[in-house]
Amino acid sequence: MAWRLKLVPTHTKIDFFRWQVGTFGASVAAVILSLVLVMTMGLNLGIDFKGGTTIRTESTTPVDVGAMREALAGQDLNDVTITEVTDPSFRADQHVAQIRIGPRDGEEAVTPESIAVLEAALKGVDPAITFPAVESVGPKVSNELMWKAVLSVVAASVGILIYVWMRFEWQFAVGCVAALVHDVVVTVGLFSLLQLKFDLSIVAALLTILGYSVNDTVVIFDRLRENLAKYKTMPLRDMMNLTTNETLSRTIMTATTTFLSLLVLFIFGGDVIRGFVFAMLFGVVIGTYSTLYVAKNIVLFLGVDRGDKPKKSATPDEFSKVDA
Amino acid sequence: MTSAPLWKRILIGLVCLWGLLGSLPNLFYTQVETHNDAVAAISQAGGVGTPEQEAAAGLWPSWLPSSLMSLGLDLRGGAHLLARVELTDVYKARMDSLWPEVRDALRDIRDQVGAVRRAPSPDGVLRVTLTEPAGMSAAIAAVQALSQPVITLTGVGQSTLNITADGNDMVITLSEAEQRATDDRTMQQSLEIIRNRVDEAGTREPTIQRQGEDRILIQVPGIGSASELKGLIGTTAKLTFHPVVRTTTDAGANAGARNLLLPSREQKGLYYIVEETPVVSGDELVDAQPSFDQNNRPAVSFRFDGTGARKFGDYTAANIGAPFAIVLDGEVISAPVIQSHIAGGSGIITGSFTVEDSTELAVLLRAGALPAKMDFLEERTIGPELGADSISAGKTAAVIGLVAVAAYMIASYGMFGTFAVMALAVNLLLIIAILSAIGATLTLPGIAGIVLTMGMAVDANVLIFERVREELRAGLSPGRSLDAGFERAFSAIFDSQITGLLVAVIMFFIGSGTVRGFAVTTSIGIITSMFTAVYVTRLIIELWFGWRRPKTIVV
Repeated sequence: MAWRLKLVPTHTKIDFFRWQVGTFGASVAAVILSLVLVMTMGLNLGIDFKGGTTIRTESTTPVDVGAMREALAGQDLNDVTITEVTDPSFRADQHVAQIRIGPRDGEEAVTPESIAVLEAALKGVDPAITFPAVESVGPKVSNELMWKAVLSVVAASVGILIYVWMRFEWQFAVGCVAALVHDVVVTVGLFSLLQLKFDLSIVAALLTILGYSVNDTVVIFDRLRENLAKYKTMPLRDMMNLTTNETLSRTIMTATTTFLSLLVLFIFGGDVIRGFVFAMLFGVVIGTYSTLYVAKNIVLFLGVDRGDKPKKSATPDEFSKVDA
Repeated sequence: MTSAPLWKRILIGLVCLWGLLGSLPNLFYTQVETHNDAVAAISQAGGVGTPEQEAAAGLWPSWLPSSLMSLGLDLRGGAHLLARVELTDVYKARMDSLWPEVRDALRDIRDQVGAVRRAPSPDGVLRVTLTEPAGMSAAIAAVQALSQPVITLTGVGQSTLNITADGNDMVITLSEAEQRATDDRTMQQSLEIIRNRVDEAGTREPTIQRQGEDRILIQVPGIGSASELKGLIGTTAKLTFHPVVRTTTDAGANAGARNLLLPSREQKGLYYIVEETPVVSGDELVDAQPSFDQNNRPAVSFRFDGTGARKFGDYTAANIGAPFAIVLDGEVISAPVIQSHIAGGSGIITGSFTVEDSTELAVLLRAGALPAKMDFLEERTIGPELGADSISAGKTAAVIGLVAVAAYMIASYGMFGTFAVMALAVNLLLIIAILSAIGATLTLPGIAGIVLTMGMAVDANVLIFERVREELRAGLSPGRSLDAGFERAFSAIFDSQITGLLVAVIMFFIGSGTVRGFAVTTSIGIITSMFTAVYVTRLIIELWFGWRRPKTIVV
């Protein structure tokens, strides 16, 4: 037999419900913790959602954040943050900083005149400085973008709920969407914890996580559906374990290739999209976890209507009767 | 293993070939771009080009596809503006220009309505006070005659004006249908004017789109900054002609109701008080050309359209000896005294212009003034260097990503992994070919989408191969296992990709800018990966199977 790289042995008999209380409990705790974090620490919202201006500066001399801050201090600006940006792809004499300025009261986008004043002040600190990117978003648009972002995540979840419901059973749809909500909330919680910039591209990453996680979950559900028809008497819990073990190799394989390509992007893709890639990188991990430990637990909890089988043994609670 | 019919094989082969040819031009980006520009220039010149153009056109064979992916602002550098058009500005202008007509109409029935005057009112509302309120119905009827039916699909049966009585006052506003029609016209006009001005600056492939009710998105690649772009489109060049009330040197002088205090362009410290309602405005110009006056100083000659010419003629005939002000963007250029009745509607503007001034002014006047003020809600400038850095970072990531995924697939599935990698390569070519063919814009998140697609595209192959392994373990023959693997994995592939596509489509419709670029590449990637992972891989395996006829296989 030819040599093959195998992350998962051919036959596994992992009981995914063995630490049911612990894993599911950890997920619930993570979701609650994330919500608390977002409510108390908030998110480091980018200008897409908060309005304001960002200026990217580039120079051949090292960034002196203190001097820049001093130069901008006299300009009557709302909460200025200056961060130095580093990236392995930068040349040795390439020094980049990102300046973020809060929105001014009663002003939509910043006027070219005030940007010109800022640029002149920064040029006073460092004559070699250039401005490769200047972006400004008014409060009106940022409010709308915020709503659109929330709406898009909700619309995607509802769309998935309906599709999975149509193709499978409603219990599967609920399990799937619970896993998705878990993934999104925990990712947002992580962004709050680390205070990473949260902008429109992160929402795109969240949507991608949704897509990835549902993809993963649906593959297992598809096999579960097949097994439900094949083994009519096996208890649901055992059947889920069988199904998950059968598809485990694929789950890990796909997670690895996706993780691999994202990791490459994270390292070599440049600093502009690093936050975006980071969110997806985390999403692949959490999405795989939720596929294995969240979605199925909910389905097991809700039970599945197996028609020809006495309901008692497969459906541990009264919820199954709702599905008439 | 059952094989697909010949026509199906040929079809799959043709699609792959198309992918190869369609993505090829992007490998020679600058060369093909020069070729495309030259071809466009030659066809515009009526089929004959300069020798340089012919040489540039020869850089790329004409029988090969020549569509390219267009690069987004974040990759090419340029400026992005989102503007909101102040639509109600136009209502005000309409009401202001309606007032003289209303006044004249009511003057004809003075015996019934008494004297009329314009009362203070919010913008976009014309409030007229009658000294004889008894004549209100006659007044309303007289003004009603000025109203016309609105010509739109939805506004059937409505007329342009809404006229109501409010005590001694008559209140006139634009009807709702007319407001909507006006909004549409204002947006069309604004778009047209912005397009003219951006085109006149000679930038390539600008995007100028209406967004929603009152917004315009302007994206111009290659321009230095958003301020430069704003300067280009924001120059209003609003030309109007006003009756002069008096002149003053007091900058804080009280101009009085319905008058404006405007500075002189020539003499510092001199101010003109003029009537707010212009006699004629630049909208009614049909032509403007740089020229010279009788003393051979640079000037701009202009010509009015029919209504403008009549108004201008009537006014000059009635006001010989009185001064009138030529106002450009809120400054009085000059205020000549009317010497005689100017019929025919043409005239000349003099001022202390240089030749450049007069040429530029003529261009601006011809392009027309923006009908309404614009607010800028969002502006972004990306420098070309940052874009170039992003492209090279994206390329590096794509190449390393491809190698990493390929190595991993081959290590995991041996020869079958190699087949999957071949399909993956076809997938990449197809994504690029489709992006080029539909003229989609590639952004940095779009590149990320392509790299991500590489990771996820092999999922379908993984599903198939894992299934084949299971069937082999169950004791099926190699051929039967392969068939069963493809067959049974299909429903999982289909369900999982459809949900992925659903998310990408939602992202496309709700997202904006660069996020859309990501949605486009991922959704194209999902569709092409289903094709390549299922059909192309299967065809490759069939060919291999038919050639080697293996007794046993190891996946």
